[in-house]
Amino acid sequence: MESLSGQLTSAQKDELMEQVKTQIAVANAQELLTKMTEKCFKKCISKPGTSLDSSEQKCVAMCMDRYMDTWNLVSRAYSNRIQRERQRM
Amino acid sequence: MTTEENIDPQLQNFIEIETQKQRFQFLVHNLTERCWDVCIDKPSSRLETKVETCLANCVERFLDCTNFIVNRLEKTQQNAGVPEMSFQ
Repeated sequence: MESLSGQLTSAQKDELMEQVKTQIAVANAQELLTKMTEKCFKKCISKPGTSLDSSEQKCVAMCMDRYMDTWNLVSRAYSNRIQRERQRM
Repeated sequence: MTTEENIDPQLQNFIEIETQKQRFQFLVHNLTERCWDVCIDKPSSRLETKVETCLANCVERFLDCTNFIVNRLEKTQQNAGVPEMSFQ
């Protein structure tokens, strides 16, 4: 490890950090996609037919938007809570 | 084996910050899933006020619950002198 990090130029380090950040972003997008699909499939497709009909599509579209709203609200609520607890310490 | 002084401080700092951020993201994913199940009945054209209140309460109470459990476990361990439970 010593020789590895010792040999990295500052440009290589920047590249490495960029790669890590991209991988994290991809993993988070996948996690969101998986959970969103699971939740909206459950809410909108009770009896799978021969195609995804227009009412199901409408439901899934609305469900996706509400899932994002929920994600953002939860993120804000959690981050506010962390700030409040920090102030108390 | 790597010792402290061999770790690149810039990379170490980067990893610490990203780990912290990822812990936050992970909990947001999980809380969203949990509170969605608790608060959302049928998805409508927007989040209603009472749904927003339910979601905010859901997040707060889950974190209260986490804190409560941690505090209580600490207390039982202190009172017992020896740990009642072994985590091994």
